[in-house]
Amino acid sequence: MKEVVNTKTVLHVPKWKFTKQKTNFSVENLFILGAGMVVIFIILCALFPKWIAPYSPTFMDTSLILSPPNSAHWFGTDYFGRDVLSLVIYGSSDSLIIGIASVLIGGLIGGIIGSVSGYFGGIIDVVVMRLIEILMTIPGILLALAIAAALGPGLMNIVLAVAVSSIPGYARVMRGQLMSIKKRKYVEASRSIGTPEWRIFLWHLLPNSWSPLLVMATIGLGTSILIGSGLSFLGLGIIKEIPDWGALLSQGRGYLTVGWWISTFPGLAITLFVLSVNIIGDKLRDTFDPKTSRTR
Amino acid sequence: MEKLLDIQHLKVDFTMKDGDLTAIKDVSLHINIGETVCIVGESGSGKSVTSKAIMRLIDYENGKISAGSIVLDGMDLAQLSQKKLRSICGKKVAMIFQEPMAAFDPVFTIGSQIIETILENKQFTKLQAKERALYLLNRVGISDPALRLNQYPNELSGGMLQRAMIAMALACGPDLLIADEPTTALDVTIQAQILKLLQEIKEEFGMSILLITHDMGVAAQMADRIIVMYAGRIVEYATVSQMFELPHHPYTRGLLQSITTIDSDRSKKLYSINGSIPGLADLPPGCQFHPRCPFATERCSMELPPLREVNDRYTACWYAEDLVESFDWKQPSGETKNDRHSIKEIVLSDSKRGSEPLFTIQQLSKFYPIGKKSPFSRNSSYLRAVENVTFTIEKGETFGLVGESGSGKSTLGRVLLQLEKPTSGKVFFQGQDLSKLDAKELREKRRNMQMIYQDPYGSVNPRWKVGDIIGEPLQVHDSLSAKDKHDRVQDLLEVVGLNKSSFNLYPHEFSGGQRQRIAIARAIALNPQFILADEAVSALDVSVQAQIVNLLQDLQRERDLTYLFIAHGLNIVRHVSDRIGVMYLGQMVEMAPSETLFLHPAHHYTKGLIDSIPIADPARTRERISLKGEIPSPANPPAGCRFHTRCPAATARCREEQPIFREIHTGHWVACHDPL
Repeated sequence: MKEVVNTKTVLHVPKWKFTKQKTNFSVENLFILGAGMVVIFIILCALFPKWIAPYSPTFMDTSLILSPPNSAHWFGTDYFGRDVLSLVIYGSSDSLIIGIASVLIGGLIGGIIGSVSGYFGGIIDVVVMRLIEILMTIPGILLALAIAAALGPGLMNIVLAVAVSSIPGYARVMRGQLMSIKKRKYVEASRSIGTPEWRIFLWHLLPNSWSPLLVMATIGLGTSILIGSGLSFLGLGIIKEIPDWGALLSQGRGYLTVGWWISTFPGLAITLFVLSVNIIGDKLRDTFDPKTSRTR
Repeated sequence: MEKLLDIQHLKVDFTMKDGDLTAIKDVSLHINIGETVCIVGESGSGKSVTSKAIMRLIDYENGKISAGSIVLDGMDLAQLSQKKLRSICGKKVAMIFQEPMAAFDPVFTIGSQIIETILENKQFTKLQAKERALYLLNRVGISDPALRLNQYPNELSGGMLQRAMIAMALACGPDLLIADEPTTALDVTIQAQILKLLQEIKEEFGMSILLITHDMGVAAQMADRIIVMYAGRIVEYATVSQMFELPHHPYTRGLLQSITTIDSDRSKKLYSINGSIPGLADLPPGCQFHPRCPFATERCSMELPPLREVNDRYTACWYAEDLVESFDWKQPSGETKNDRHSIKEIVLSDSKRGSEPLFTIQQLSKFYPIGKKSPFSRNSSYLRAVENVTFTIEKGETFGLVGESGSGKSTLGRVLLQLEKPTSGKVFFQGQDLSKLDAKELREKRRNMQMIYQDPYGSVNPRWKVGDIIGEPLQVHDSLSAKDKHDRVQDLLEVVGLNKSSFNLYPHEFSGGQRQRIAIARAIALNPQFILADEAVSALDVSVQAQIVNLLQDLQRERDLTYLFIAHGLNIVRHVSDRIGVMYLGQMVEMAPSETLFLHPAHHYTKGLIDSIPIADPARTRERISLKGEIPSPANPPAGCRFHTRCPAATARCREEQPIFREIHTGHWVACHDPL
């Protein structure tokens, strides 16, 4: 109870006081601001590559093959004389689709499996969790690889492969959350009022359980893009004339000694995006929790 | 007398994200050799911070001593380095905490932890240290010390662990023992045992004790001098007899009057201090107590009164001399008119009562299978949480349920509301067998039976706004328009004494007492007939406890409610209940009207419980026949009378034959072969 009183005392401080919380602003908020800008910019690239990219991704300048970064080509050109910056910008859309779609599908399925398992418990939980554990014994990238290899290349198949490999993680987290939340007193209090079970599930259990899933999803977004890129890198990705980030990495691999920029910049783009999304995910979790959103 | 510890003008700050927060300010006190000093106060008063500051434990919690000195045996602890300090901790000062379970490291045995402490501080060989550990465990009253030495903390009960912690604190023979709420987490019977032990070892080891407590009864029994703290400052400082005879500060007076005792008048309203203790971040100006003080003047809200000497004691009130002389200082202030009103009402409700039973409980049992790890394994044995309990709750009455933790009183409550299905037996509510209802009918029935929980922090959804929490039952049962619902909730907020603007706030923005009001508003939203209050006031501060009890009683009168009041605070149960049932190891052992039970207990267990209550009056020392031992495990209850292992009057018959629950006088039931 003492701790609670301590937090209570902090509550009355207004939420955002930039003048007073200088340290807070300069470090934490600057990061979030930067991350937000990066994410927005990359999403814009994915939506409107034509307006942002300086060149067409298919335009080959044969006079400028493998030229290092310069003022005309910021990221240099590849072995066909294509502009790497434009390729990265055009490639962003496929990478984002793989990341977001697979997280949504994996998170949704995993979340449902986990909540069913955690809510009902007993025999259902035992059976479902053993199945999930079987899935977990196979490393995620290997599972995705197997699925992609079985289904053949294609955007939808990659999404599916990445989604399936991420299901066990979401399911376990959601199950744990539900098991702990369903024992909380306010759930019983609601039951004692006479609230029907489905309402308890929707009103009390879900809203209090899903915030770790959200954080996991933001981290998962990065992982999914990486796995997707990995599959493309291995040649199991989308075969199109405009490669995604993973395929770009893979194509540049052979030229690493003569043209380091071909695979370095797509790699940096992946890293930057994943990092930014993670920072935002952390912030989101804090904001969604009424307790931390006030004390911050 | 020689001073052992001398604290002068101590100020402790905690570093927070938005600047420093002063937890205690200008605290000066001293402890003489061989003396027990109690610091009393409600949560947030700074009493724990003071005790932690002495051992500089606050250094690990972002705290720092920003002013003042703590002189122990000529050494200023406030200036020492942590390294030097470590050599003093244990040898000169030792500490015991509120949560014995949390204070031991769960991965080491009790023995290794005590032996380690001994080795760290004194020149002992390992063998000698073990011997000493054995001796200490034996001294603090732990049976089979050699066996306990090799056990892990989770294998011992709370009371045992607290004894083990005392043994650990004694390991190096400290001069000063700091005990921070050492008995708050324990049952009243175990509390009596531990307090007695503390007194014994104090004499034996020639120690001084600094005891932190919120319980005036404990302070009265243990202390030589008492320090009352409020909002980080000392407000009164006097010897125990002075303090209880004539408190000089309005806050102390309020605290003493809020106490319910065995012989206080049940028909009177409990005295309560208005409002609640302020947060450290927004302390009121002037005297910090003035917003809650019935005697406050303009001066109190402007100037902070210093701690000054008045009539051989210290108090921090501008008007102490005048107030003590005034007429109504010794009278419970304010509500004389209301009191008479309430007496009349109670008499009225008395005649109304007894007409018809609301709840009828017949041979109710609830067993939990134990050792069941997965659905595939077979259950071998059962935990007998409730066994063969029969009683009725009549319309309009308050039925109290008491017993130590593990006696099954909470389980019984939950089975009554069908939150758990009974293993056998029947529960009739308004003449209807609840176990025969299907899920939908049961939900409909729940309209009439609601519940208030112990923990006001855990029983409301932290993500919901207060308005939605209180409106939940309305949402579930009545299809009201958004506006109607809003109006109803606003009315309810007013009824339970909360501000209407609370509607859009989140629960964590409220104090414990206010949250309990939210829970009460939710419980009465549907105008139920029955409310189960499971330890509803146990987690609250003394002054707030009284407010909530008064609120519950007012609501009962206005709305004709029936309560089942479960609590381990016997005084409170006695005050609110018309009839009381005493439970022991899953069985009802005695049931009687409130006065009868406390004046003429028939069961030896009830007598032991009552004798364990600390009396908030130092002048009245009582020969304590506190209960020995601890409640056995309900998985393996003793044969015959379940109480025979602890009963002072047990005979051979008690060991073999289970006594029947029979009526010895009208309305007075007891399960004992040989009632008192």
